[in-house]
Amino acid sequence: MDIARLRQAGPYEWTLAPSRAEAGGEVRLFADAELLRGMDDKVLEQIRNVARLPGLVGAAMTMPDAHWGYGFPIGGVAAFDADAGGVVSAGGVGFDISCGIRCLRTDLSWEQLAPQRHHLADSLFREIPAGVGEEGRLRLAVRELEQVMRQGAHWAVAQGFGPADDLPYIEERGCVGGAEPGWVSDLAKKRQLGEMGTLGSGNHYLEVQVVDRIHDEAAAAAFGLRVGQVLVSIHCGSRGLGHQIGTDYLLLLAKSAASLGLTLPDRELACAPIRSEAGQHYLGAMNSAINCALANRQILAALTRGVLARYWPSARLDTLFDVSHNTCKVERHRVEGRERTLYVHRKGATRAFGAGHAGLPDAYRAVGQPVIIGGSMGTGSYILAGNPPGQNHAFASASHGAGRAMSRHQALKFWHGRQLLDDLAAQGILIRTGSLRGAAEEAPGAYKDVDRVAEVTEAAGLARRVAFLRPKICIKG
Amino acid sequence: MAPPDVPVTTTTPRYGYFDHDADLGIEACGATPEAAMEAAAEAMFAVMTDLAALRPEQQLELDFDEADPELALVTWLNLLLAEAQSRRLVWCRFRLQRDGSRWHGVAAGQPWTAELERGVEVKGATLTQLSLTPQDGGWRARCVVDV
Repeated sequence: MDIARLRQAGPYEWTLAPSRAEAGGEVRLFADAELLRGMDDKVLEQIRNVARLPGLVGAAMTMPDAHWGYGFPIGGVAAFDADAGGVVSAGGVGFDISCGIRCLRTDLSWEQLAPQRHHLADSLFREIPAGVGEEGRLRLAVRELEQVMRQGAHWAVAQGFGPADDLPYIEERGCVGGAEPGWVSDLAKKRQLGEMGTLGSGNHYLEVQVVDRIHDEAAAAAFGLRVGQVLVSIHCGSRGLGHQIGTDYLLLLAKSAASLGLTLPDRELACAPIRSEAGQHYLGAMNSAINCALANRQILAALTRGVLARYWPSARLDTLFDVSHNTCKVERHRVEGRERTLYVHRKGATRAFGAGHAGLPDAYRAVGQPVIIGGSMGTGSYILAGNPPGQNHAFASASHGAGRAMSRHQALKFWHGRQLLDDLAAQGILIRTGSLRGAAEEAPGAYKDVDRVAEVTEAAGLARRVAFLRPKICIKG
Repeated sequence: MAPPDVPVTTTTPRYGYFDHDADLGIEACGATPEAAMEAAAEAMFAVMTDLAALRPEQQLELDFDEADPELALVTWLNLLLAEAQSRRLVWCRFRLQRDGSRWHGVAAGQPWTAELERGVEVKGATLTQLSLTPQDGGWRARCVVDV
């Protein structure tokens, strides 16, 4: 990105240079100059388009890991007020609705686990359905799927997939309100009937990680983290159901924009006024997909527990937290001294509530919400803690990953799957995948420097680093 | 419009890919808009597996209405994805015909088997960089797909 087009509004905050300012709301990019230079100019173009949508409150924002997406940039955050004619955008959530990360905390050390690491990797790969064309072991009837859409992770727990103790540590306590399966198409439901408990492919993964270093002792203690401890992170979303809901509403809202009185700067920003019938239908369908994603990760967590128990029958595998990064959530935020109900879109951005927020489980209320920045399979991931509104000026949002530095197409020119897996194995990282091509596209070198993303996330006040996790085993679709 | 007896595909690659940070751009050419859209479908499913290894043993017919040819392109691709996923099939051959705003498509393919190469799952075809335009006496179809 050409940063001459920007004005630095703070050490890690940028906005449009005055000569570039134009009609529409403000844009604000949280990053340093180095990260900005690494971003495509389309990131700026896309967030400027978002700022032109009606009813925007505050600025349309990008996180430090932002990259060019479709409609919204990945790493985009925008809040809208229904009372001010605000919109809900299917393009602002995307196809992979409620894609997110479940982080599980074991009471095992890497020293205990290491002797069995090859067996564990093989067993996880065998038991966790992953990759294109793979089906889950569950086959639901439509009526059961509608229960999933209404009940989220609670449905999975009721079916025996994990304990109820998990639920307080899942965003929305495992079930978001406002789901309306009646606004989900038959085709979307049909796509999901065999998809529960599947990981997917692309950047989705199940990773066994070890806590490599602690940055914030107090928060680490609250999160139950210590150096050398083994964690498991599961990155996936609402699978075929969310993909089809995104598809259905993207086209529907794009085509109906004019009749709803909207002029879209980009068709991909397909949206509808929140109070409109179309907007309400999308919200009902999107919330159904969020609950499906929460249930899906609950099932995958249970499958993981089953595998771990074969090797370490008495080991604990507790949910540290489960948080999504492709959502539109109804939240209360104080803006210019006034509490307002906002529809906060986060596309490739993580909700990051600060200490004291009522939505947090008691155990984390003093330190803030766990925020997970999933890095590449060769570098590592971060757990951070959300900051209160006085520090976080992004509607309680933070980065969600390292962010791509290179396209998938380019990555295939630089890396070959087999060689990459061998190189990672030489570094002590075991990869199990059914797709060598997919692995090459996900090469660590195709991603930004996750350390820098996490440092800037902290420096910008979005969230503070708690622990760095080093990958040991990665199951990829 | 009568459906074709056997969906066909060419042996010459009619498609390629263009860069997109997070996802993947597909680009395909054909003598007509319909042929370019058939080639775009090949491009999309070739992301998921090696089409040359597939047998067209099962067939799907699908119909849809869409007056806007660009939106028809994205509708066509997304219908193929949805039907493939819900049936656990992968398509390798495509035929599309148009009669005004009415489109009739045929796809053929086979179930996923352990022997098939696994590429990357396509979640959906987007409206980003979507175009269906005349080029060099034929037509070119482009769009970004979410992977």
